[in-house]
Amino acid sequence: MSITVKDVEHVAKLARLALSDAEKEQFTGQLNAILKYAEKLNELNTDEVEPTTHVLQIRNVMREDETRPSLPIEKVLRNAPDEEDDQIRVPAVLE
Amino acid sequence: MSLFDLRLQEIHNKLSAKELSVTDLVSEAYGRIAKTEDQVKAYLTLDEERARAHAKLLDEQLMTDAPRGLLFGLPAGIKDNIVTEGLRTTCASQFLSNYDPIYDATVVQKLKKAQSVTLGKLNMDEFAMGGSNENSSFYPTRNPWNLEYVPGGSSGGSAAAVAAGEAYFTLGSDTGGSIRQPASYCGVVGLKPTYGLVSRFGLVAFASSLDQIGPITKNVEDSAYVLQAIAGYDNMDSTSANVEIPDYISALNGDIKGLRIGVPKEYLGQGIDPKVKESVLAALKVLESLGATWDEVSLPHTDYAVATYYLLASSEASSNLARFDGVRYGVRAENPDNLIDMYVKSRSQGFGDEVKRRIMLGTYALSSGYYDAYYLKAQKVRTLIKQDFDQVFANYDVIIGPTAPTTAFPIGSQVDDPLTMYLNDIVTIPVSLAGVPAISVPCGLADGLPVGLQIIGKAFDEATVLRVAHAYEQNTEHHKLRPQL
Repeated sequence: MSITVKDVEHVAKLARLALSDAEKEQFTGQLNAILKYAEKLNELNTDEVEPTTHVLQIRNVMREDETRPSLPIEKVLRNAPDEEDDQIRVPAVLE
Repeated sequence: MSLFDLRLQEIHNKLSAKELSVTDLVSEAYGRIAKTEDQVKAYLTLDEERARAHAKLLDEQLMTDAPRGLLFGLPAGIKDNIVTEGLRTTCASQFLSNYDPIYDATVVQKLKKAQSVTLGKLNMDEFAMGGSNENSSFYPTRNPWNLEYVPGGSSGGSAAAVAAGEAYFTLGSDTGGSIRQPASYCGVVGLKPTYGLVSRFGLVAFASSLDQIGPITKNVEDSAYVLQAIAGYDNMDSTSANVEIPDYISALNGDIKGLRIGVPKEYLGQGIDPKVKESVLAALKVLESLGATWDEVSLPHTDYAVATYYLLASSEASSNLARFDGVRYGVRAENPDNLIDMYVKSRSQGFGDEVKRRIMLGTYALSSGYYDAYYLKAQKVRTLIKQDFDQVFANYDVIIGPTAPTTAFPIGSQVDDPLTMYLNDIVTIPVSLAGVPAISVPCGLADGLPVGLQIIGKAFDEATVLRVAHAYEQNTEHHKLRPQL
């Protein structure tokens, strides 16, 4: 299976990345090389193999469902690129 | 006095005897940084004012009988993907070039409790993605042994700083070999603990099922001290292991009589530089002379590890890096047309090539129609790789091989060939996929560049890994070699 510039454009859209034409060309070539290399995994029959979901087999890590203090507003906003009235400002979503 | 020359225990004795102050130690470190940093470029951010104030406080404590922390007064550097409250943390990315963390990572809290002094933040490959430090979006770190060569990655700044004497010890992070491989290239000791032994809370996530924080030091004893200080369960990290922490320091008793070593034939076969192989075989002779025995064993799925790793790590990265959208922190692109455009522009301007490449690979591997063929397949092969280790560890105490197939390579020589760069991690990646601990210790020079010996242990058996590494170190001189800067 080999991927095309069109596939790269689709994946970039999913990943929220804008690529220049040169980047698209470059990534198409490099991703094809890496995926071709990855196809060597198909040499292995894994029909009877369970996937590793966690290397330590830890399961159901839960904490008590108790309320805890939230982050203070000044800390939340400390790194916000744009803020107003104790809120983070972003471009309008609706017209 | 030089940071090069003393072990932690010797420094503590001198502090107790008032032959030395913490201010002296911190001055020595910044003096060394002033002298060598122009060449090495290991640091991204220095924190000199606060470090000196901290040293002064600790010197006052030295005058009292107050109990001292395990790492009292020791000047340390921290990889710049571990958050430090009030100290810029960038992950070597333009995206986070202005990021001022609002809390300390658990390991940083633990270092503070152990009373180490933070000197600054260390350079790395952007978001820990890379094997050479050339992917830092600020500047590449250089190998102190030869400034035209890479220090390794992604903890290249952490390894180079220790090798250059610019920090007493440092913290790095290892996803597919990012502590061990730069330690090998720079001739220092790097330990990747068992997955889950050290809290990842406050480590900017790259591949969450693989990332692990660990120490880089000049010798094995210091490594045991730092691990002792940072290991332990943390309820802020849901992957943290709730296990009892042994005494790593008293485990260093030099006794390896009867130790059974497995040497995977795949780790000394094709692609391994003959000089690297020679150093590893010489190291096995030393261990034999101390009463250990070794046999050739097989980890038959080694050849599949790199492909498995890049599918899994990239998939996890594409998911983890979705949070960088320019909304709550980081650099936001100017003049977006709308909200989506703001995400797209911020990410496209903020991320470098390697990061974009891995996000693209991961997004593809997880996308509808390809998940089973790539992601699920890789998770199944990961199980086979882990079983390889389980089978060898049923009969052997440790597995030994090289840390990297070659010594460090010239800056710029592999940048256009990501696949070749990925193959540099061929002997560290299987260990990461299996989640087991491993240390890299210097085992000689090849053409003037350090070679690393990798000692791999059973899950949570860091004590044995450290004991073997220490016994080897005590009977060789390699760890005393220093680069000329």
